[in-house]
Formats: sequence, C-alpha cells, structure tokens
Amino acid sequence: MQIKKLFSFKRFLSIAKKEFIQVKRDPVSLRIPIIMPLVWMFLLSYAISTDVDKLSTIVFDQSKTAESQEYVEKFVASNYFVVKEYVSSEKEISDSIDKGVAKVGLIIPPDFSKNIKNNKPLQSQLIIDGTEPITARAALSCGVMVSDVYLRDKTQNTLKKIGISQSNMTISTRVWYNPNMESKLFIIPGLIGLVLQNITTFLTAFALVKERERGTIEQLIVTPIKPTELILGKLVPYIIIGFADLILLTCIAVLWFHIHIMGSIFLLIISGLIFVICSLSLGMLLSTFSKNQTQALLLSVIVLLPSVLMSGFMFPREAMPQVICWISNIIPLTYFLNITRGVVLKGIGITLIWNDIIALCVFTLVILCIASLRFKKYLD
Amino acid sequence: MEYAIEVQNLTKKFGSFIAVDNISFKIPKGCIFGFLGPNGSGKSTTIRMLCGVLRPTSGVGYIMGKDIVKKAEEVRQIIGYMSQKFSLYEDLSVDENLDFYAGIYELNKEDRAKRKNDLMNMANLIGKEKSLAGTLSGGWKQRLALGCALIHKPSLLILDEPTAGVDPVSRRMFWGVIQQLAKQGMTVLVTTHYMDEAESCDIVGFIFDSKLIEIAPPKEIIKRENARNLEDIFINFVERATNTTFGSMKFSL
Repeated sequence: MQIKKLFSFKRFLSIAKKEFIQVKRDPVSLRIPIIMPLVWMFLLSYAISTDVDKLSTIVFDQSKTAESQEYVEKFVASNYFVVKEYVSSEKEISDSIDKGVAKVGLIIPPDFSKNIKNNKPLQSQLIIDGTEPITARAALSCGVMVSDVYLRDKTQNTLKKIGISQSNMTISTRVWYNPNMESKLFIIPGLIGLVLQNITTFLTAFALVKERERGTIEQLIVTPIKPTELILGKLVPYIIIGFADLILLTCIAVLWFHIHIMGSIFLLIISGLIFVICSLSLGMLLSTFSKNQTQALLLSVIVLLPSVLMSGFMFPREAMPQVICWISNIIPLTYFLNITRGVVLKGIGITLIWNDIIALCVFTLVILCIASLRFKKYLD
Repeated sequence: MEYAIEVQNLTKKFGSFIAVDNISFKIPKGCIFGFLGPNGSGKSTTIRMLCGVLRPTSGVGYIMGKDIVKKAEEVRQIIGYMSQKFSLYEDLSVDENLDFYAGIYELNKEDRAKRKNDLMNMANLIGKEKSLAGTLSGGWKQRLALGCALIHKPSLLILDEPTAGVDPVSRRMFWGVIQQLAKQGMTVLVTTHYMDEAESCDIVGFIFDSKLIEIAPPKEIIKRENARNLEDIFINFVERATNTTFGSMKFSL
C-alpha cells in the first residue's frame, strides 16, 4: 500500500494557483491592498501627531508694563504659544476656553512689574484646557519652564545690581535618535506595521470563509486534501500581496515623509516579510472560527483593535499596567514595532532584535498549527 | 463478495433530531443505485456520511470494503462527489476548474491532459474551455461538476440531486453519461425526485422519515405493489406512512 503522504506539494501548488487566479479575477480584492495602505498611511500619519505647538493663548495683562510684555513675549518665543487676544477680565478667558477658542489663558497680576523691581515673589497664572492630556501636559511643562527662566534672569539681574552672584547648576541634555522629538519619526515606522497588520489580516480572514459561503468547502472536504496544504496554499498569493504592500509602505515613508532608515533596509524588509506571514496566518486562523464574511469581519475588528493601543504603537508600554503589558506580549505587532523603530530610528542590527524576529516566527508557526488543527475535515 | 457500498445500522443525530435512523443496505459493484425520498428525509445526510463530510453517530459503513470513518482518507481517493449546488469555482474557467481538481488528486501531466480531454468530450463541454463556470447555464454547470467529480476515475460516484433545476434535454444527456459510466464498471449512487430517472436505476431505495423502508430493483417493486410506476409507489409509501391520501396530479375542473 502507498505510504500515506503528510504533505503533497502538488496539491499545495494547485491550491496556490487556484487562489492566484481567483485574486486576479476579483478586482476589489486586488484594489484594496493597493489603495488601503496609501489612504491609511497618509490619513493616519497626518492625523496622529503628538507634536504640541502654537496653542492659541488668551492673555489678561493687568500690569500692562514693559516687564509684563517681555514676559508674554517669552511665551511666544517658545513656539508653544500664540497670543490670540488680549482681554480685560478673567471671565473672558474662561469663556474662550469653554468655547474652545483658546487652549491656554495667561493672567498677569497688576503688581507684576512692581514685585520684580522689589524682588518680591511673583505670581502669574496659567490656565490650561486639560481635556487633551497630551497637549495640556506639554503646555504646562513648557509654561512653567518659560516662567522659571524668565524669573531666574530677572532675579539674577537684581542680585547682580546689589553685588551678589549666584552659583548656577545646569544640566546638559541630549535627545538621541530623534533629536527634534518629531512625532512623525515615532509614528511612521509604527504605522508601517499597523497598516500591514490590518490589511493582511483582513485579506486572509475572508479566504476560507469564502469557500464556506460558496459551498465549495464541501467539495474540498471530500477530496484527499490536507488542512496544511489548503491553508499554506491559500496563503501564498497573499504573501506576495503583503510583501508588495510592505515595499509600498516603506517607499512612502522614505520618499514622501523623508524618513531616513538608519539601519539595514534588508533587515527591515526580511523582518517585515515574516510579520506579513504572521498576520496572514492570524487572518487564516480567524477564518476557521467564522461561518460567513460578516463574522470574519467582526472577529478581525475585535482582535485587531486592541493591538492599535496595546502594542505600543501610540503609548509607551512601560506606562501600561502590568497585566496589559503581559497581554501586549502576545500581540505580534508589539514585536514588529520594536523591530521597525529599532531599525529605522536607532539603526540597530540583528543582534539587538533577533529575539523579536524569533518571537514573530514562533507566533507564525503556532498560529498556523492551530489553524490547521481547527480546520477539521467535517462539517458537523 | 465485496460490495461497493455496505452500510450497517447507520444513524446520524443532530442534537435530539434523528436525521438518519438505523439504516442498513448493500449495493453491488457496477450498479446504479437510486436513493429516493421526500425532501428532508435523510438522503443528503446519508450521502454526506458516506463521503466523510459528516461523522455517523453510530453504525458502520464501508465503501469498496474501506471503513468510511477509520479509512476516511482512502475512501476520499476512490469516491467522486457532486453536490446539489454543483460546488464549482464560479470565477474559474471550465479548464481551470478541471485543472484544480486534477491537481488535488495529484494527476501527473500526461494523465491530466488525457483525462481532461476525455471528460470534455464526455460532458460535451468542448468549446467552453475558457468560459467562466459562473457564466454557464444549469446544464453546462452540471456536466462540468460531473467532470470535476470524475477527474480521478473514482470507483464510486455519488450524485446528490444532480438533475434538479436542469432542462429535459440536459437531463437525458446526463443520464446517458451515467449509464455509460456504469457499463464501464463504475458504481453510481444518485438521489433524485424524478421517477423516470429512478426507473432507469438498477436498484432503488426509499427513505422516509429517516428510515429506509424499501430497497429493491424498480421492476420488482412495481410488480409486487401492482402499481403503474414508481411515482405511484412513492406516493403510496408516503400515504401509508402518514395515513393521508393525495389526489391525482391532473386536477379536473
């Protein structure tokens, strides 16, 4: 008797070929992987910006002196604040912030310049709209800094006049990898991963379900086809589409957003390919849980949405509660973000990211195994 | 003697619903076996168990002596199955559909070309090679589905309502092909609601309310029941089982 073959390459190729033809004949499924990355990349990269600058500010200057004017100018010079209007009551400030016309209100007391001259404590007030914490936090620390620097300069001048010199302590700061702290540099490498993940997972989430909906699955079950042959065969055309998306996204990042890839582009592409296969496998697994395309779609959204927030794409994982941090360890995107940001921004080599690459490989294998096991050749 | 199909006490339950209730039968090789019964009586469920798509709740079945559960993979190599829906890839052409199944059954290049050519002739599909399956009309689709089910020369061909919704000419052509295949030694299991088709079977089985109530050659049943044709017998069986009477089809005003 013929020895039972575990994997037939011929069957695998037949499935891949069939799937190729089907993808080719379906203009929608071909257009989506080309248009979606473009749309998402441009929309999201401009929408997601944590750079806080030019906050509209309302000033209530009760002092109206050269000193108070100088003080306001220091705020403007920081580039974080833009004076929108001078008003003459606190009420007007609160009204403007309520209406959302202004984000920041600056109140300078009447005795401002008198107190500077007399070396008395200064008290001005900065009111910040805290509805958006990222903006508020940035405005707050910048406002405090501007104020402190101004005050220090003033007091030193006064002290010098009376002959006292003060020792200074300064800290020299250097920001590495992204010296201007542009959020673009942080967001775009991450966005490559996020967009890739979403597109590829959706592509395969529909793959098996389509067979189920069209009834062809029954015909496949009565053939000697093996689940691994079916699942891997179906994966092949989508790997090529996913790879094309990876190249497309990288090109957009480099050519349009002028992201300079510090590390090896080859390493980025290879690990990107592994990530593509991993996401495609995830979609295939979701497909085995779904009876129709609606279910597949909902399931994909449920699985993918948390990864946007938990993978460290937007918020640092260090800031997350322990439990959330553990969960984020089972999201493949988490590892790919380490890789893209590491390679693109820090220019690190394989020695520092090999564990992330291995994690992605392990995920892929485990997901494919579960998907194959779940695809039973029975309908009951 | 080894039978093409041998089924003993086959039962399938879906929860508390008994879809197939303890049926047993044997079909010799080379026969055309017509499986008859009203909609929902358990025909398709039985067929799906024989194909290995559904697992029996209890009982055993053998196809060419191979256990349908324990040797499911071997059974799959020797059966050809065509479902009610002609499960074709509608976005693939006639040629591509045949090619796909040829690959799935691991036919080599020469066999594939020869087999495809034979089937295209047999199913009268010449000239439609490049047409997408979805654009074919009922009769063509049916013959293509038959071609796909036959690509690997199965010893048992299982057809689930192959002629439902197909015009009379296509129906004749189709049955011509089936008779020819049986002559070549292939066993055919076919379900149908057309009693003219049933009468051209070697053996028919009536399944009603999940139970097999009769299995014999059609001529024998007609003689025994002293009926005009199988249609009357079919109606009689249902009338007896449900204690109702159905009027004649030709309603007089």
